[in-house]
Amino acid sequence: MNDIRDLFPGRMRERTFQLKAKRDAGAVWHEPQFVECKQCGRRAARTLWAKSLYVCPNCGYHMPIGGYYRLSLVLDHGSFRELDADLAPQDVLDFPGYGEKLSAAQNKTGLREAAVTAAGRIGGVACVAAVLDSRFFMGSMSTAVGEKITRAVEYAAAKRLPLVIFSASGGARMQEGIFSLMQMAKTSAAIQRFSAKGGLYVSVLTHPTTGGVTASFASLGDIMLAEPGALIGFAGPRVIEQTIGEKLPAGFQRSEFQMEHGFVDQVVPRSQLRDTLIQVLQLHAGGKHE
Amino acid sequence: MIKEILEQLAPLDAQIAALKGNGNDMDALTAHASELAELAVEEDEILRTCGPLTAEDRVFLARHPERPHIDEIISALFTDFFEQRGDRQCKEDPAILGGVARFHGMPVTVIGHRKGSTLDENLACNFGMPGPEGYRKALRLMKQAEKFGRPILTFIDTPGAYPGKDAEERGQGEAIARNLMEMSGLTVPVLAVVTGEGSSGGALALGVANHILMLENAVYSVLSPEGFASILWKDASRSGEACEMMKLTAQDLYRGGIVEEVIPEPVGGAQRSHAALFERLDAALRMHLKELCRMSEKQLADQRYKKYRQIGETRNA
Repeated sequence: MNDIRDLFPGRMRERTFQLKAKRDAGAVWHEPQFVECKQCGRRAARTLWAKSLYVCPNCGYHMPIGGYYRLSLVLDHGSFRELDADLAPQDVLDFPGYGEKLSAAQNKTGLREAAVTAAGRIGGVACVAAVLDSRFFMGSMSTAVGEKITRAVEYAAAKRLPLVIFSASGGARMQEGIFSLMQMAKTSAAIQRFSAKGGLYVSVLTHPTTGGVTASFASLGDIMLAEPGALIGFAGPRVIEQTIGEKLPAGFQRSEFQMEHGFVDQVVPRSQLRDTLIQVLQLHAGGKHE
Repeated sequence: MIKEILEQLAPLDAQIAALKGNGNDMDALTAHASELAELAVEEDEILRTCGPLTAEDRVFLARHPERPHIDEIISALFTDFFEQRGDRQCKEDPAILGGVARFHGMPVTVIGHRKGSTLDENLACNFGMPGPEGYRKALRLMKQAEKFGRPILTFIDTPGAYPGKDAEERGQGEAIARNLMEMSGLTVPVLAVVTGEGSSGGALALGVANHILMLENAVYSVLSPEGFASILWKDASRSGEACEMMKLTAQDLYRGGIVEEVIPEPVGGAQRSHAALFERLDAALRMHLKELCRMSEKQLADQRYKKYRQIGETRNA
């Protein structure tokens, strides 16, 4: 935390954050100016996409978005303060080719790891927010991601702050093997302690949330929200189809399906997410979080 | 490797069995004593040629159908077993076996994956792949163990959680997540033993323990080697290669600080002598349980939290 940037006044920090959010949103000169929707195939100008928060203006498809951009959509202006920004991934198994792949992903996304964690305010309520970024190794849970999430949960517990986590993940980080699997236990244990102290945890599931992340902290929210049409499940649809030998019905494992089966409180469109979070946080303000 | 060696041994095993006759009657044993001794020496020689086992060998042994299963472990090491069934919500899942039993006189809760020994049993138990009901039953039994102050012993042997349609509809991910969270806070001793293959979250959901033990040829990994190869290289047939890279053997996990003890198996694998294995397993369980039973409720929860907290703990770069 003894970073030279901490000496800068808040406005400087905010400007850096906004620049990163802009870069995440692809609003820089070298990105193509027309974006095609992965669901309906319609092309629209990037400015139009940006205006609709990267929800397809035609079909309403919620495009996955980068971590800093995601935070910029929900945090109060000027409140962002990143936690553990320097925490770097480690090659715990000496896995062939993993180091190079990591640097390539880092160069491509400008991120250090798949998780960004921050302290900030949402609608005036101080909180801890964490995001998994699906552009970095499919948001998979490495030891560094597990460590960052755990530290964020522990920080929220120590400061008695509510916790909001936006999940988007393909599951465990294969290249880190059993150490990746154990992060499921580590993060869930941290949530247990946080919860036992009376902390409020809002879990927001975004497209796609699967595997070890679904089977750990992402499913453990006091309040469970999901973006429309997000794929949410433990096993991936391809694996299920291979196992049972039949095609899955349309909408299987989507947010609306999860709500229908009792695993999500509300499906919230991106444009209303901030307002919904403010409502939930304010309803829990002054709780018994010791 | 080990596969070929076991194939060479098969006819000798058959001869020994024939000489010993049906029961273990002493007459047959004494009458054929010299032949039996010769065969035993011959087997030893074959086993000696196999050298150190590779990770792929150990995966093969971990999945061996004659490896001791949960039913045999319970009848060999525990007395007075009382099976408890059902998750009290909708279903009984036979892929997980659980209940109360005595271990050297002390009441404990025993839970383990059940694969079954015959094909019919395999099918009934879904090859040891539990659905959410199985995990919820396990959690119910663990919470009950906590209520009555009983230590919990879990035995892990599963290819993973069942990736089926109904399992997803009933919240496979949520069930596993809930187990991880609740197990981490339990105030009674939790001791986990990986007896065969421990794959993915389906294994971990019974594995958040104070101490983890592994049999010498058991494996524990983030995913099956086949799944691993098909995700990374889109080619499940490269699973042998994956075995070596994944560092999934008991010895690897012991080195990685995840496992507290590796329990030696008879030469050639646990399937060659269940009795010898059970003796060592019993001793190890007693020792670890004795150590854990000395700890207070808070110490147990704290020790367990710290154990997982430090896995993959990174320093700032």
